[in-house]
Amino acid sequence: MALKELSSLEKFLGLKKPNKYSTQGDRKVPVLQSNSGPGLVGLVTIATHLTQEAKKPDLLGSSAEERAVVQQWLEYRVTRLDGCAKEDIRTILKDLNTYLEDKVYLAGNHISIADPLMYYGLHHIIMDLAVHEKEKYLNVTRWFDHMQHYPIVRHHLPPVAVLRNRVYTSGHH
Amino acid sequence: MQKMKLFVSEGNPHCLKALAVLELTGVKCDVQHVNHEEKVVPFLSRPTLPVLHLPSGQYLFSSNAICQYLFDVSKKGSSKQSHQWLEWEATELQPALMYALHLVVVQGKTADSAKGLEAPLSFLEQSLSKRTTAFLTAETVGVADIVLWAALYPAFLENGLKTSELKSTRTWFERVGVLPACQASVQTVLKGKGVEALKGYLQKQPAPHGQHTQPRNTHTSSNGSPTETEDSDHNTTEEEIEAAAQIWNQQIDCQSKPERKHPILPEEGKRNVLITSALPYVNNVPHLGNIIGCVLSADVFARYGRQRGWNLLYICGTDEYGTATENKAREEGLTPQEICDKYHAIHTDIYKWFQIDFDFFGRTTTQKQTEIAQNIFWRLHERGFLIEDIVEQLRCESCQRFLADRFVEGVCPFCQYPEARGDQCDKCGRLINAVELKEPQCKVCKQTPVIRSSKHLFLDLPKLEANLEQWLDRSVSTGDWTTNARNITRSWLRDGLKPRCITRDLRWGTPVPHPDFSGKVFYVWFDAPIGYLSITANYTDQWEKWWKNPEQVELYNFMAKDNVPFHSVVFPCSLLGAQDNYTLVNNLVATEYLNYEDTKFSKSRGVGVFGDMAKDTGIPSDVWRFYLLYLRPEGQDAAFSWADMALKNNSELLNNLGNFINRAGMFVGKFFEGCVPQVVLQEEDKRLLAQVGWELKQYIQSLDKVRIRDALKCILNISRHGNQYIQVNEPWKKIKGGDADRQRAGTVTAVSVNMSVLLSAMLEPYMPTVSETIRSQLQAPPASAHFMLQGEGNFVCSLPAGHRIGTVSPLFQKLEAEQIETLKKKFGGQQPQTITQNNAATKASAPVAASETSVKADPELVKQLVAAIAEQGDKVRALKGQKAEKAVIGAEVAKLLEFKKQLALAEGKSPEPAPQKGKKK
Repeated sequence: MALKELSSLEKFLGLKKPNKYSTQGDRKVPVLQSNSGPGLVGLVTIATHLTQEAKKPDLLGSSAEERAVVQQWLEYRVTRLDGCAKEDIRTILKDLNTYLEDKVYLAGNHISIADPLMYYGLHHIIMDLAVHEKEKYLNVTRWFDHMQHYPIVRHHLPPVAVLRNRVYTSGHH
Repeated sequence: MQKMKLFVSEGNPHCLKALAVLELTGVKCDVQHVNHEEKVVPFLSRPTLPVLHLPSGQYLFSSNAICQYLFDVSKKGSSKQSHQWLEWEATELQPALMYALHLVVVQGKTADSAKGLEAPLSFLEQSLSKRTTAFLTAETVGVADIVLWAALYPAFLENGLKTSELKSTRTWFERVGVLPACQASVQTVLKGKGVEALKGYLQKQPAPHGQHTQPRNTHTSSNGSPTETEDSDHNTTEEEIEAAAQIWNQQIDCQSKPERKHPILPEEGKRNVLITSALPYVNNVPHLGNIIGCVLSADVFARYGRQRGWNLLYICGTDEYGTATENKAREEGLTPQEICDKYHAIHTDIYKWFQIDFDFFGRTTTQKQTEIAQNIFWRLHERGFLIEDIVEQLRCESCQRFLADRFVEGVCPFCQYPEARGDQCDKCGRLINAVELKEPQCKVCKQTPVIRSSKHLFLDLPKLEANLEQWLDRSVSTGDWTTNARNITRSWLRDGLKPRCITRDLRWGTPVPHPDFSGKVFYVWFDAPIGYLSITANYTDQWEKWWKNPEQVELYNFMAKDNVPFHSVVFPCSLLGAQDNYTLVNNLVATEYLNYEDTKFSKSRGVGVFGDMAKDTGIPSDVWRFYLLYLRPEGQDAAFSWADMALKNNSELLNNLGNFINRAGMFVGKFFEGCVPQVVLQEEDKRLLAQVGWELKQYIQSLDKVRIRDALKCILNISRHGNQYIQVNEPWKKIKGGDADRQRAGTVTAVSVNMSVLLSAMLEPYMPTVSETIRSQLQAPPASAHFMLQGEGNFVCSLPAGHRIGTVSPLFQKLEAEQIETLKKKFGGQQPQTITQNNAATKASAPVAASETSVKADPELVKQLVAAIAEQGDKVRALKGQKAEKAVIGAEVAKLLEFKKQLALAEGKSPEPAPQKGKKK
């Protein structure tokens, strides 16, 4: 799973030459193999590395603040979102929904590497949401839909249907 | 642009790294200390700390991102390797650490704790042993060093988590740890208390078990071979789970709790428990601190004891003699007796509203008091434990009377505290003879009193000291004495006992029967504790069966810490000297102080909530009880806060406890026509039963040791487990499924309502009305509560399949922000009717400053001044830190003091003269 994700990420970053990956441990932590020295371990570490390789440092944030916010959401992806318990999903969606209320992307007004990675991580959750739930987490759904239509992000994942008009207008769920 | 601000809380391990990095990088940033429960980040549902509020308004809520950012802006930069270490720390090390710390600190299971840490630690050890640099990623300390050091610090502090074979790790760990930045952060977060400091924080976190938080199997080491870790998910062992399932199926023993029949007397072969709560002084309306300090705490313990089936008597009453009463009478134009009658009724009403279930609530101005006090006096006299001496006493010529100790104020002769009272210094706690006070002042008219001499009687404490110590050794080692009670008593004995005056030149008191001392009364601290005996004597003629029966009776005294010496030293000496086989205290339970929104309760300034006002807030008595008990000052002072009260009500009572009980009951009503469905226990249910059983056991162990606050947490943990159980099993969906699903929905519902019955039993001491409501909603059998709390606790099925429940309705109401804001304003200080207390009695000589206090407080100005003071305070500290010139510091300090003075005025307080510190210079 993580490997498909990394290959999608490479395409998103416009890297021509695919890297070699393997996984380790029960959690299938990705490892980027390299010919010189030990490999890089961990999704965040690899994603950060790939972005630098692709010479797109802006995707990591263009100021110290932005860089910190991007790192924070990357960490959020691997610590809170991945392997989260069933009962925590609502909280995550609720929090994200509030956070995204006044934002286009996770780091504000510019896309960053955190967006595709959170998109990949949330995909299976959003897939399972009922229509009224997607409406409940309106800002998440809007951002998600935006991401899946963003050039070269979606790739290995099936599209999720999002209704653009509200069905449950009363909104009490 | 806003200023950058770092929010931290004491005892939160994640704050260690943020504070250390902040110190190390020297980035300019304010640090604000908040509660663990404070929601700083507006978009996160759960309180998270530390948080860095950036100048742009963004929040960083990940401690590693905060550290990286601080390094980034200080231009120290970070390498790819450090990224990898940070990710490893967050995904591999932290879950294992949190699990281990929770085991050790919260559950006390040191033995199993190290297991989950073995794999990550050995990975770290390997990496460190291969490195060629002094630190993890370079020759100088980097972000990864601090982050890992801070994460490991609490685990390495705890002996149980020490792992022997980690040589490289140790060397590196110590190299990082000696950095001043690291040491400073440890001091700030742990306050020298070690891992115990983390307890409060860890208890608030969901117990780390279940899929997402248990230690995951770790990384392979860099050579690629996978390392295994053990599955350490089990908080509960297989045996515990089986045992819990068996208890569940036990029959309730039909014997219900023994009924209460007055008079309650000690019985052979039973546990006979006598509980007293410090006698509240009659001429004041008790405030919340008084209520939690004694009567409410004792009430919880008494209710618990009755549930457990102990033969128990709980007595209390008003302490009515003394000058303060005489004064109050003069103020209100009544006789002292009339004042006592009036205020005794007020006290009775308040305690009734708070549902304090005394067996008897009496008073000290009775014939029995005179008889018993005089009897003890004569016995002490006959046995040579009283000595005569001439006493120099303070007399206020302008008020025309001798001044009782509490009516003199001055500078403490020991610690120079400027507001010491005539009997005791609030700062250092030492006893003072009023005449030893420096710069004494009559508290009423502020005139300087003169010294007059008269003949008095003293209790010869030095003569009784050996006897006392012998008894104390036994009592303290066999009974439950709170730490503060032990310490205060020990420090008293260490200073050596001196003879203590037991008579006074006053009128309103128990008369001294000796002809040479006619016209004098007993000093209130000789007299008042005898009130416990006389009040019992007014309850039953057979009072001596309680009070002269140390073999059969266990005595518990509840009080606030300022009362300890009188109960552990002075009063026991009176009783020991009387040599009449008196029952002496076995368990001395003392609380610390409860403050009000970080200031003191003050009747004269109208600050705080007083007993009679609590009911006017519209907040139910049970919710008051809950919140006061939730923050019961055990171990350290606590502060009442309106915002926190609303938070606890909404998060713990409404969303946790109330939500669970209500949902369980609603499911029975909605899906099963009001009849409890059949239970078919699966592994998951049994595991829950074991978890609940474990919490119940903790509850009983805690309350047996009078750890009232800890036991309350167990209740909330059970409903938290219950909510999770319902959430995972989704009975509202399963009920619509096939037979197997419907059966599952039935089991989950039935287990949940039975948990509610258990909760009602456990809640009874804390929230009696809510407990009763739950029981009547569920039609719970009366005997079940008593049965469940026997022995180590039995979580049995008390509502069998087919049991019909009553109508279920919500137990709690939300406290809205506006409502709380209004209450906060109302009780924040400056209620015009309360400022008169000090000066109404004195005619012309009322101090000028007092008249200024009627100025209304200006909240906006206060806010600005508070901010200004904080800023100026930081500036002064910074200057001192830089060792700036004295004159420069002095000027800034002067500014600070000026701000403080303005603040006092804005708050409507009289500006205090600069405290003693200023005088020293």
